[in-house]
Amino acid sequence: MPKDPKRFLIASFDDDEKILDSVRRVREAGVKIYDVYSPYPIHGMDEAMGIDRRTRLPRVTLVMGLMGTLTALGLQFFCAVWDWPINVGGKPANSTLAFVPITFELTILFGGLSTAAALFFRAGLFPGRSLEPLAMGATEDRFAAAVWLRDDAVDEATAKRIFHEGGAVQIEEKEVRR
Amino acid sequence: MASDATQLRPRLVEGNPSFRQITEDIARPLDRTPDWTWWATFAFTLSALLVGVGMVTYQIMTGIGVWGLNGSVGWAFDITNFVFWIGIGHAGTLISAILLLFRQKWRTSINRSAEAMTIFAVMCAAIFPLIHMGRPWLAFWAIPYPNLRGPLWVNFRSPLLWDVFAINTYFIISAVFWYIGLVPDLATLRDRISARLERIGQMNIFQRVRWVGLNLRRWADWHKWRAYSLLSLGWDGSNRTWHRYEVASLILAGLATPLVLSVHTIVSFDFATSVLPGWHTTIFPPYFVAGAVFSGFAMVLTLLIIARRTMRLEIYITLKHLDAMAKIMLLTGSIVGLAYSTEVFVAWYSGNLYERFAFFNRAFGPYWWSYWIMFSCNVFIPQLLWVPKLRRHVPTLFVVSILVNIGMWFERFVIIVTSLHRSQLPSSWTMYTPTIIEVGTLIGSFGLFFTCFLLFIRVLPSIAMWEVKSVLSHERKTLGPAPDKAASDEVEQPADSVAPELRIKPEGAHA
Repeated sequence: MPKDPKRFLIASFDDDEKILDSVRRVREAGVKIYDVYSPYPIHGMDEAMGIDRRTRLPRVTLVMGLMGTLTALGLQFFCAVWDWPINVGGKPANSTLAFVPITFELTILFGGLSTAAALFFRAGLFPGRSLEPLAMGATEDRFAAAVWLRDDAVDEATAKRIFHEGGAVQIEEKEVRR
Repeated sequence: MASDATQLRPRLVEGNPSFRQITEDIARPLDRTPDWTWWATFAFTLSALLVGVGMVTYQIMTGIGVWGLNGSVGWAFDITNFVFWIGIGHAGTLISAILLLFRQKWRTSINRSAEAMTIFAVMCAAIFPLIHMGRPWLAFWAIPYPNLRGPLWVNFRSPLLWDVFAINTYFIISAVFWYIGLVPDLATLRDRISARLERIGQMNIFQRVRWVGLNLRRWADWHKWRAYSLLSLGWDGSNRTWHRYEVASLILAGLATPLVLSVHTIVSFDFATSVLPGWHTTIFPPYFVAGAVFSGFAMVLTLLIIARRTMRLEIYITLKHLDAMAKIMLLTGSIVGLAYSTEVFVAWYSGNLYERFAFFNRAFGPYWWSYWIMFSCNVFIPQLLWVPKLRRHVPTLFVVSILVNIGMWFERFVIIVTSLHRSQLPSSWTMYTPTIIEVGTLIGSFGLFFTCFLLFIRVLPSIAMWEVKSVLSHERKTLGPAPDKAASDEVEQPADSVAPELRIKPEGAHA
């Protein structure tokens, strides 16, 4: 569903150190950074942008991994002990140690799949997602910082000046549906 | 000084490519019609695959009796191939997951193709238990689902069922991990074509069809663009996404690491939980895992030595990478050698008559030749890699890697066949010879593996572009810009053989 167009100030750089520095200084000047686009993760950009909370993905892994453990134990116990115990080579129906390998595998399977699913869900990545790109070339060799010009309170001039001093190769204003 | 640092830690990317150049170099094979060498190789591997398809079809229609198995040797070629292929896959996970956790940056140029190799190897491996069922269309019986046969559940105490879970989990997690690594690169490819298809975004479907018309180039571009757009999930390189992405990659690496160790452990349980002399040993899990990594690295080396040459990727897959892989082969090969010796020692020291006989029979019985092929290829020949010059000598590495592959295949053959063919009851002693069907199926599995790999290097970037860019940027900051090299042929010589004073220092070096 198309959303309303928003105005963005987009500064493109050709070097990751320059953008890191500029983003940090723009934020120190009190302007909020909407997002940064880069061909690879830039070390230290999270702090520069002011993302202080780490992602909660590990919790998903933990919870779903434990679900996998319980599912595997429950399934094996139900089938081999409760529903239809079969005597195989005189081994006890509840051969708990023999249940360990499958329990281990399902823990990994549940944890891994749900981590991947959670990543795609939280990042809003799905097949057919069509967004107007904010910055061209950010998957190739450009680094771009975007500031959402939400209202007049955003100090556009300062941001522009800092980006310019920081060595931006291009500064533009763009209306994009987001 | 940049050159001092370079001597301490050789560069992982040679030459001085720009980011755009990296994309071009790696995406180039995807744009072009393949040359005749690719087609010739493809025709060859496809024929091998078709041989396998024919053999498997015949075997399924006729029955398992077409194999050379008998009352004593009930497992032979198929399980050998199964363990062999699963082992091959392990190097891919080691490179992509374990080296990520250890922050070994040299993995970046090779992890993509090594992971692809894992996936194809697991596919090859999965064929063998499947066809050994005799009625592969009932393979789903191995899954515990509520059925109308009781419900009759699977036997959770059987190592063979553990295999089902281990192999499936391994395949799924490897594929997911591989795909997640691909997403940013697929977006790069998408945007690369978008630039060529600038107008297409604004067109409706009819206009698109008219614009493409009969222009094959536009037609191919449009379809590639659609495929890459679909698969790249709308990736735009946002830092918020990168943040989650890196954490998720780390978690998946953390999960894949114990997973890969568990898979070959469970495969070794197929043997170790039995009471057969030669199989019933507690060192099997670590011994199998080391052997798996060993054979996997040999296969990665074989493939990459060919790929870097034919696809002109020498500046990304450098001698430093080959050297590092050779070192891992030397280490794991020596672990395997230690395991062989330990087995023999324990067989003697235990005083167990049957155990002692099993090992004596392996080395000096009718299958002595297979034992000594195994021993020389896996233990003696890799010792050559102690010599630094040989670790950087590509032809030597190529030959060693192929010999190790042969040796590791024979390792599984030795373990399986020599233990079975002479059991405690001499009246059931027998010999095993593979039939043409079994040999053809093995050839077919190689055909499948290489066909998949050849297709992979045609449609997906065989080197992780975003990771190489990241490593290059890091290197430029810590080591300064790389010295320019005039011709890519010079890349063949090790980086530190160029004297520092001969290096051209580009302008603006900030070291």
